[in-house]
Amino acid sequence: MIINIASKEIKSFFVTPMGWIILALITAAFGTYYLEGVNSYFEVMSGAIRPAERVGVTIYVGQTVYGAAFFLMLFAVPLMSMRLISEERRQQTLPFLFSAPVSIVEIVLGKFFGLFAFLALMVVYIFLMLSTLNIWADVDFGYLFSNTFGLLLLVGSFAAIGIYFSSLTSQPIIAAILSFIFAFLLLGLESYFASQPNHWFHHVSLLKHFQTFSRGVISSKDIIYFLLFISTFIVLTIRRLDADRLRG
Amino acid sequence: MATTLKALGLTRLFGPNKAVNNVSFELSKGEVLGFLGPNGAGKSTTMRMLTGNLAPTEGQVEICGVNIIEEPKLAKANIGYLPEMRPLYKEFRVNEFLRIAAKLHNIPAKKINSSIDIAMEKCGLTHMSNRLIENLSNGYQQRVGIAQAIIHNPEIVILDEPTVGLDPIQIREIRKLIKEIGKEHSVILSTHILPEVEIVCDRVQIIDKGNLVFHGSIDDLKQQRRGNKLLVGFKKTPTLKKLQSLFDIVKIEKQEDLLHVIQFKNLDFDMEKFIQVCVKEKLGLFQVSPHITSLEDTFVQLTNK
Repeated sequence: MIINIASKEIKSFFVTPMGWIILALITAAFGTYYLEGVNSYFEVMSGAIRPAERVGVTIYVGQTVYGAAFFLMLFAVPLMSMRLISEERRQQTLPFLFSAPVSIVEIVLGKFFGLFAFLALMVVYIFLMLSTLNIWADVDFGYLFSNTFGLLLLVGSFAAIGIYFSSLTSQPIIAAILSFIFAFLLLGLESYFASQPNHWFHHVSLLKHFQTFSRGVISSKDIIYFLLFISTFIVLTIRRLDADRLRG
Repeated sequence: MATTLKALGLTRLFGPNKAVNNVSFELSKGEVLGFLGPNGAGKSTTMRMLTGNLAPTEGQVEICGVNIIEEPKLAKANIGYLPEMRPLYKEFRVNEFLRIAAKLHNIPAKKINSSIDIAMEKCGLTHMSNRLIENLSNGYQQRVGIAQAIIHNPEIVILDEPTVGLDPIQIREIRKLIKEIGKEHSVILSTHILPEVEIVCDRVQIIDKGNLVFHGSIDDLKQQRRGNKLLVGFKKTPTLKKLQSLFDIVKIEKQEDLLHVIQFKNLDFDMEKFIQVCVKEKLGLFQVSPHITSLEDTFVQLTNK
């Protein structure tokens, strides 16, 4: 049943221009960063005289692309997630789902995984793009895997924030703005606390936990953080929808 | 006949306001139940509770013997619901949308195509199958709404004001469709169009300010309308006193021209005797007919109690 709802969401991304436009923009943006990385690699490396300054092509191009990824996704995910529930509220289509033999947990998970599958498509696409380096260089796939995995968890967290804010309002644009601000705070406040390495904010900052993956390290601590983060917002969304039924 | 739906003491509070107060009723298989009431009487709230869209503050709903609060999935599988605001994903085509509905209602993959075809045929949508729902007229969108509610062949179909905003021809077609659905399924239909109830429904239920004020068959309602009144035309109008000396009359009301409405004390007054006496007294009797209060009047009487 979760799959049915997820496939409905994926379909509705693609029957409207929204899905295609976002996909096109994201593709263009990542393509540009990738090209930029490849083009500047030899320039920068020929200027680097000391061996310590030299890095492999995977890390160099990877850093350019994945460094931009979380920033681009920060904009893309709220735009994709904003309609998930708020549009149903606005069009009053929620009774369609509520009267079907489906539980609210399944509805929310279905919607989340529908969005996540769409986002995962982009993440996998980035991975494939970077893998093409393998044609003329030796790509460090371990590094790519860890970045891909980290990015998946990051967009999953964005999606969870997005679906929660989408469940709060019947105005998709408000949902988009709120989830953007919230995700932005969790990423952007990082720089204010850079001078205090032991500050509590580092424990909740999405960026801090994502950085481990971007260094090529897969640590269970960060995986658990992201999974907890995602499930918290999914549970909050389920509770919000259940309140519709209880409070009316 | 088998009971398909049972509502027991349904009550719903919105803050301090009682939207629905202690409403109980049953529905049998193959029955069309009309749910009448003025705006804001609690019709939609009751329907939302019956379909599991709203939790009742008190009371129980049983769908084919399954409690909807305890086992919502099992109960909901037997309900088809069309809310007042039809829940259509307008960016999809008719057949795509019905496919989503079919999948959500757990129709086995092999049967999906055939059930979509049957639902479209029943609702006269076959030639609109590839149209975007957004581009359909109001009446056709409503049909998609009904098709969505009957696609899984549910025991109970609940329609909230299905004919609102349609043109007379569409209304007639939708009513025909509802009657047809009513043969195989139980149907609950809410409306505030009174003649609709007489045409479509077997049983009527009138709700006002959250309370059930009338519950019975269409014939009961008609009985209530016929009552103990006669519309009589006299050329020489007698006084009330004179009439009262002849018959058991409560009241006489002057209508237009020479017509009068006479209200008898008892329901089973003797019409033949009345005419005989009138002729004997030479009152110039030229017209006698039962005075039927309009359904509107009955409705107003019932809801103003």
